Amino acid sequence: MTAVAENSTSAAETKAGEIPSFDVTLRIRRLDPDRSDEPFWEEFTVTAHATDRVLDAMHKVKWEVDGSLTFRRSCAHGICGSDAMRINGRNRLACKTLLKDLDPSKPIVIEPIKGLPVLKDLVVDMEPFFASYREVMPFLITGGNAPTAERRQSPEERARYDDTTKCILCAACTSSCPVFWTDGQYFGPAAIVNAHRFIFDSRDEGAAQRLEILNDKEGVWRCRTTFNCSEACPRGIEVTKAIQEVKRAMITRAF
Amino acid sequence: MPEKPAGTLYRGREGMWSWVAHRVTGFLIFFFLLVHVLDTSLVRVSPEAYNAVIGAYKNPVMGIGEAGLVAAIVFHAFNGIRVMLVDFWSQGTRYQRVMLWVVVGLVVVTMAGFLPRHLMNVFGAH
Repeated sequence: MTAVAENSTSAAETKAGEIPSFDVTLRIRRLDPDRSDEPFWEEFTVTAHATDRVLDAMHKVKWEVDGSLTFRRSCAHGICGSDAMRINGRNRLACKTLLKDLDPSKPIVIEPIKGLPVLKDLVVDMEPFFASYREVMPFLITGGNAPTAERRQSPEERARYDDTTKCILCAACTSSCPVFWTDGQYFGPAAIVNAHRFIFDSRDEGAAQRLEILNDKEGVWRCRTTFNCSEACPRGIEVTKAIQEVKRAMITRAF
Repeated sequence: MPEKPAGTLYRGREGMWSWVAHRVTGFLIFFFLLVHVLDTSLVRVSPEAYNAVIGAYKNPVMGIGEAGLVAAIVFHAFNGIRVMLVDFWSQGTRYQRVMLWVVVGLVVVTMAGFLPRHLMNVFGAH
């Protein structure tokens, strides 16, 4: 943070290997339920490096400016799926979004994900989300005696559902869905993605049950293919494609 | 500096906005059909009443409105085909964006054929 290069083009004045730093403003939508039920906007300006992510800037605020800023994060490396939030209007993981990719000359707008009740600042109640996830029975269902060795599967059979195994349950997809925002009754993309992961698994025998669950009026048929989920997914899962495959499986397997 | 609330709009891309446009045009078409059924059923009341109501439509404001209605129907029709392809064609989700621009292109071509003729009727001398 010392020796800020006044002019980034004058590379000679910058020490070799030094990372350029700049000031960035975070505009955060906050809620403190102990004080008021009304959310409010607050701006924080911190110095950050070009290699910093939004999460690093938020850490700086929390650790050095305002310790009451509340958000979730665990691994901070895009695996645990704790820090999904709406950054500049789109759902992303704060730990996978570089500040320099967001135009740091303007304030970076950070809001909690939509459609789930906000508990404090950027922390939302994930329970409705996980309730839908549990409802699709996201575990292997088999019948008969367990084999003495492993359950065999060919690489082609494994590849069939490879894309949907990548889900980290961050809720970026479900909370980007306009249908989910309306009343929160829709199962949501994440639950369908995780159902897809087992429906198309050759070792699983619960596909009929899962399709029955998702054939609900709040199930897959509420998908309006807005593609917000596919664009929001930090793991690059083709979410809408998976939902459409479940829709088609429902029709083809019914006849 | 705490200030007033109001969240921001979700910045969805083509898929979300085509869905919004599909909804809006769908509502417009629904209300048109409602009025259309009512005014057409007036012919059962009396042909004079029907003629009086239909005659009231023959002014430039309604003419522009009709152009908008046709645009809404054309978009809704072509985008409806796109939505069905997204649903039932295995490659549909990959090409949804391309298909949206095809839809927009088809709307432009269709309206280019319709508008001159229609506006001549609305504004031209009879």
